[in-house]
Amino acid sequence: MKFRIYRYNPETDAQPYMQDYELDVDMASPTQGKMLLDALLRIKEADDSLSLRKSCREGVCGSDGMNINGRNGLACITPLASLKEPVELRPLPGLPVIRDLVVDMTQFFKQYHSIKPYLVNNDAPPETERLQSPAQRAELDGLYECILCACCSTACPSFWWNPDKFVGPAGLLQAYRFIADTRDQVTSERLDNLEDPYRLFRCHTIMSCVDVCPKELNPTEAIGKIKDMMVKRTV
Amino acid sequence: MVGRIVTGAHYGLRDWLIQRISAVVMVLYMLFIVGYALLQPHLDYDSWTRMFSSNVLRSFTLLFLLALYYHAWIGVRDIVMDYVKPAGVRLVIHVLVILALLLYAIWSVQILWGM
Repeated sequence: MKFRIYRYNPETDAQPYMQDYELDVDMASPTQGKMLLDALLRIKEADDSLSLRKSCREGVCGSDGMNINGRNGLACITPLASLKEPVELRPLPGLPVIRDLVVDMTQFFKQYHSIKPYLVNNDAPPETERLQSPAQRAELDGLYECILCACCSTACPSFWWNPDKFVGPAGLLQAYRFIADTRDQVTSERLDNLEDPYRLFRCHTIMSCVDVCPKELNPTEAIGKIKDMMVKRTV
Repeated sequence: MVGRIVTGAHYGLRDWLIQRISAVVMVLYMLFIVGYALLQPHLDYDSWTRMFSSNVLRSFTLLFLLALYYHAWIGVRDIVMDYVKPAGVRLVIHVLVILALLLYAIWSVQILWGM
């Protein structure tokens, strides 16, 4: 199987370049992994200068987000059989490259922190736990599953252009996760925090985030719900 | 740069909402005007001026144009916010765009009621 991988080591390379690799992939082999990450690790065995992030290898940690044949995704849950050759691998777009497929996520996490991604409740903690009805809990489905792999935000042109000002789909999905939580007490402050032509309204609903999300979540819908809540409290 | 990261600028919702509403107004007008024009058996200068002699159609047209100008203002402002970074230059462009759109609005009234 043919691969073309983005290589850049700022200490030795003046320019990034694409490097070709060829790997024997036996789809029938019971011991060989069938996912893109398995192939990447075999490539790394042969050429240990290749850098990439990975951890859980099952789509839970969100470390191995990369641009696979022009589309952001997680290498560990992308089947090799689904890929057209040569498989072109690049780092997530729009973020500074540290080396090869490893990007600097600082800006992404800054935006995530800016939405205060934790429950704020000033009441004294109850004996047991803060209860929710099944319906209230169901509101969090499709929100809490986000693994912060950054595939969505780095597929978003608004985030490419204003990464310092636009929260981005991942951050806004997380923001709505806490806005929607009935146990949270600072909904209004959260809406205030987002009511801004850059922070929220740079989203022009092109839905690239929904298209690439490896967990099949819908940040666009969450953003729409935030706007709905703002309209309701204003009119 | 002030701390946008910490809090919102407390505007943007109204612009977003107006852009949605003005879009609906524009779609309604365009459907109406295309349908109206298609229903005219002979679309010539006479039928066209007769059509626009009604104050209702003139008002609807003005409403459409005002919706268009406001919609355009928000869109152009967003583009300027994306591409023009120095605050002074941005403000000058904003003012010029607003003045141009105001001029268009006055001009629209003059055209519609001067026919």
